[in-house]
Amino acid sequence: MEVIESGIGEMIQPPDIDGFREWNRTQKTRKLVDKRMSEQEAISRFVYDGCYIGTELYGTVRCPMSVSRELVRQGKKDLRVCGQGVLELDLWMAAGLVKKLDITYIGLEVYGTSNALRRAVESGQIEKCVEWSNASISWRMKATAMGVPFLPARSMLGTDMIKYSSAKVIEDPFTGLKVCLLPALILDVAIIHVHRADRYGNAQIEGITGFGAEMARACKRLIISTEEIVDTDEIRKYPDRTIIPYFLVDAVVHAPFGSHPGEMAYVYGRDEPIIREWVEASKTAEGAKAYLDKYVYGVANHQEYMKLIGNERLSQLVEEREKRV
Amino acid sequence: MTDQTYSKTELMICVAARLFQDGTTAFIGTGIPMLAAMLATKTSAPNLLPVFEFGGLGAILEDLPRAVGEARTFHRGILAAGICELMETAQRGFIDYGFLGGAQIDPYGNLNTVTIGEHDHPKARLPGSGGGNDVGSQCWMTVAIMQHDKRRFVPQVDFLTTPGYLSGPMARENAGLPVGTRPINVVSTLALMDYDDGPGGTYRMRLAATHPGVTVQEVIDNTGFELIIPEHVRVNDPPSDEELRLLREEIDPERFYI
Repeated sequence: MEVIESGIGEMIQPPDIDGFREWNRTQKTRKLVDKRMSEQEAISRFVYDGCYIGTELYGTVRCPMSVSRELVRQGKKDLRVCGQGVLELDLWMAAGLVKKLDITYIGLEVYGTSNALRRAVESGQIEKCVEWSNASISWRMKATAMGVPFLPARSMLGTDMIKYSSAKVIEDPFTGLKVCLLPALILDVAIIHVHRADRYGNAQIEGITGFGAEMARACKRLIISTEEIVDTDEIRKYPDRTIIPYFLVDAVVHAPFGSHPGEMAYVYGRDEPIIREWVEASKTAEGAKAYLDKYVYGVANHQEYMKLIGNERLSQLVEEREKRV
Repeated sequence: MTDQTYSKTELMICVAARLFQDGTTAFIGTGIPMLAAMLATKTSAPNLLPVFEFGGLGAILEDLPRAVGEARTFHRGILAAGICELMETAQRGFIDYGFLGGAQIDPYGNLNTVTIGEHDHPKARLPGSGGGNDVGSQCWMTVAIMQHDKRRFVPQVDFLTTPGYLSGPMARENAGLPVGTRPINVVSTLALMDYDDGPGGTYRMRLAATHPGVTVQEVIDNTGFELIIPEHVRVNDPPSDEELRLLREEIDPERFYI
């Protein structure tokens, strides 16, 4: 089949789909094992320098912030990141931990461009940015989730997105249409924050699911942080709500307010003043460092972080949550 | 008419809001498109079905979303799904409109949200495509909403992120983009533009209507490429008192944008 166009972007992680099958056969237990552990243990056991890592959803929405902060505390470096992020990836970049990016969007949304991203890329600290659209990166995970080496799509065509990605354009042998082929994306480690999980990792999400279902199926190691640990009986009562079955999961971290200062649909709203504090602080490298000193390095763990934020503030955020009406 | 004063941004939002058609589906990008969509649902398009890429479909837009994934994007919605579901809905032809922003736009409506300068050694690193490329590729009709100046309206974008008409007639079809998808309008702080895309047209951007108080020359002077100027250029209506009240009191009372 003729390849019409090939992206010049680096293939940050080759789509070894048979290797992934073998991994799933030999490295992922089907036994019901209690996987509860702290942020510290999850990061030190499963995240390593140079690994290819991604988070879901993003920085201000159902984001694994407590686990992301712990990653910064442990200084895991030279990370190759599949990126789609707001606050979490900002923290990693501000701490100088990111080397390569499969990037789709990193910005502060309502507050504009990410200055942490600008500094890291414009200074050359991040060596490579390989470009993808949101659908493309999600479909790349979906390919892995399906166990196939690529998926065809009708995004990215005709633009510089193809050129600076590692996608290819071919003529579809069935219809003659030009299609974009997206290589399967296999993460070494994924981190996902959920509403509830049992001790084995069966996990349920309320509200939108982002690309959680796909990412959970496109990684070798999966760290779940959860607002609430529930009995397996609760999971079995509502099996239709489980989007991540336990055998995909390697670590279950109990992290109430784990998305703070981001929100958790139907549980708590986002903490606008703290988000604004990062927006202001991150305008300079010094400001970003001071923020990290206060909210990341200055506390030993998520429990201390919550104390720093304070019960009164956290209760207020619960009041401000989206309500089912 | 109204004698109230209003900002260029407020006017731009009002003109954009009037483009939403009632009873259609529309992908809403982050920022100004959200305000325009909210205003539309409170005025001329109460049955608009807003689509937010991370999974929210059919939300009742009571409070301004600050993120495309937050709960306000599926507040009392019809569907809270995931990104694949909604992007696939667009790919199979169900999404009528896409409303987007960008840092640069060229005469063919191509948008840049990736880098200013060389990609590998950029002068400025911008956030990236996000869903922008997908919306411009998959939605039937795309509307860009932009500040209007020469740095943003450029002869050639530094990085072609989101496809407009690419290089002109037939370029989208030749690239493999879904047949019949196209950019239709640009709403700026100075004017409303469309494209010379009739039979035999150049597919380049054309001035359609200036904002009240803005001259055609002012639009030309602030555009970094040759804009097609038709014989008759309409003037957009200024914001009505009701539009301004909705914007200031109900949509953005905390003044994130206006």
